[in-house]
Amino acid sequence: MALLEIRNVTRRFADFTAVDDVSLAVKAGEFFTLLGPSGCGKTTLLRMIAGFDLPDEGAIVLDGIDLKDTPPEKRPIHTVFQSYALFPHMTVAQNIAFPLRMAGKSGSEVASGVKAAIEQVKLIGKGDSYPHELSGGQKQRVALARGLVNRPRLLLLDEPLGALDAKLREQLQIELIRLQQDVGVTFVFVTHAQAEALALSHRIAVMNHGKIEQLDEPDRLYGFPKSRFVADFIGNVNMIDAVVARAGTPLGLTLPALGPVTAPGREGIAEGAKGVFIIRPEQVAIRAASEPSPDPNQFEGKVNNFLYVGDVTTYIVDLPGGQRIEALLPNSAPGRAKFFEIGDPVRVSWKAEAGAFLDR
Amino acid sequence: MQSETATRSQSGRLTRLLVSGPPFVFLVVFFLVPALIMVLASVRFPGEFGALAPLVGGAPGEDSGLTLENYRIFFGDAIYAQIFLKSFGVAGLTTLICLVMAYPVALLIARSPKRHRDLMVLLCVLPFASNFLVRVYAWMIVLGPLDLLFSRFAVIVGMVYVHLPFMILPLYTNLEKHDPSLLDAAQDLGANAWNRFWRVTFPLSLPGIFSGSALVFIPVLGMFAIPEILGGKDDWLVGNLIKESFLGTRDWPFGSMLSLMLTIAVLAIAGAAAWLARRGVARA
Repeated sequence: MALLEIRNVTRRFADFTAVDDVSLAVKAGEFFTLLGPSGCGKTTLLRMIAGFDLPDEGAIVLDGIDLKDTPPEKRPIHTVFQSYALFPHMTVAQNIAFPLRMAGKSGSEVASGVKAAIEQVKLIGKGDSYPHELSGGQKQRVALARGLVNRPRLLLLDEPLGALDAKLREQLQIELIRLQQDVGVTFVFVTHAQAEALALSHRIAVMNHGKIEQLDEPDRLYGFPKSRFVADFIGNVNMIDAVVARAGTPLGLTLPALGPVTAPGREGIAEGAKGVFIIRPEQVAIRAASEPSPDPNQFEGKVNNFLYVGDVTTYIVDLPGGQRIEALLPNSAPGRAKFFEIGDPVRVSWKAEAGAFLDR
Repeated sequence: MQSETATRSQSGRLTRLLVSGPPFVFLVVFFLVPALIMVLASVRFPGEFGALAPLVGGAPGEDSGLTLENYRIFFGDAIYAQIFLKSFGVAGLTTLICLVMAYPVALLIARSPKRHRDLMVLLCVLPFASNFLVRVYAWMIVLGPLDLLFSRFAVIVGMVYVHLPFMILPLYTNLEKHDPSLLDAAQDLGANAWNRFWRVTFPLSLPGIFSGSALVFIPVLGMFAIPEILGGKDDWLVGNLIKESFLGTRDWPFGSMLSLMLTIAVLAIAGAAAWLARRGVARA
């Protein structure tokens, strides 16, 4: 049975529907992420799970029990807030002890719980510090320890890494995964950072305009996006207008700017359907125009520009008909800094099973 | 390089001097010097028709020079200690009642929508628009028919009424700054309404409580008009004693001595409070 069930939840504010008929189920022990741009309804959904807001329609069910009559303080759900919300007048140890005290634990239980939590988040020796004496990463760890110390059924995390710099964020991501595995508490994580969501989650619900666009595992979301929004929001993608020329497997597409290509087959697609052909830059091979390619889909063009970031270079290639395509080339060949210059004639190509046709 | 650093630190010192100079001079001229004049006045003799007797070369038969007589009277008669204790009692009780009454009001304003707050603060200070004495006399009309006038109760009512805004405003200023997400966090972590107040809001509002209490306690100690109007003749506080020394018996040195003793007592209490607060922080 699912630990947390969101059943047809809708939440409206005046003339704006923040969450629109959302249903999903989170399994026990899962690291579940709500991913989407700001205003997509993910934070509203999180606040309803925590109990700070109530759905206009639908139900939020934890362990089979509808939470609608349970106030936030009675829910076995804790939240790590975006601003951490550490109590400034309490030490680290007092902050972490807070949920234990509120639960009426005895003095010795509180002491041992706090000690274990401080060790778990690697803050040994910081127990007597006040929040204002800590760095951003340390505050983050205190907030995590405080949220987990009482072993809630569910820990909600509201963009907890948003305020940290990139290097520290990466380090904390790894710690977060380890921590979740160690304590076995179910995490519901909210973020707008797609890379973070991919790195951390078991499953991700991509939200847009209050609805779930797609709920899937990270690799499936990236590899098989079901809509233009998901394809565009997660990772980089080439998106080219396309019309279905031949239904079936493989799918025959006509790209009005370029001509015919083949794409992996999909059910429920009729001939003449309009949509887009998407392909990730790393799936597009690039070589000198003079070299032949074995791929069925190939076009000649000129390098318009390139973006060198060290490990890889992204080439922007001008194709006939004003179409532009990005191709990613790893800089792994030794003794060579760069492959192509601006203006070089190149051949871009991709395999028949690469890319996808999307009609929504 | 070195000279540049020197110049910079020199100009920094100049800036500090320019910024801190005027307030320093102001405090010396209008606070320190008058305080010293008071100390001096308290050890002199009263003049024949008020004011002070000359320090040297007084007329024959007149006292001149310095004396500790006033202090001997003060410490020699228990009545003065009693009046001081009574005054501190009244001031303490007034402060406590103001705190209990002001806290909910300040909390209500701080938690109201932003656009209503300014109006609510304005309503709190609106009574200041009418004359202080008029407002105190108004209480005579209210308390008279109830047969409560000229009593300790009437004095406390008047004191609380006049000083309540001085408690509300610093409390509101403090409470308004509280991060609302702290209360969300407390509730999320299992705190009910009482614990959210007692473990989060209240401890964070202590600075507001301290400044509000100082703003009420100290003026109440020196207040003479309210006891005089509402309290009747036999319920004097320190303020009445001081006022009577200067304006009634025209014994300036005795009034100066009383003022000085009051100042010392207030400083002692403030020092003790600060010491206790520091100890409380160290222990927590």
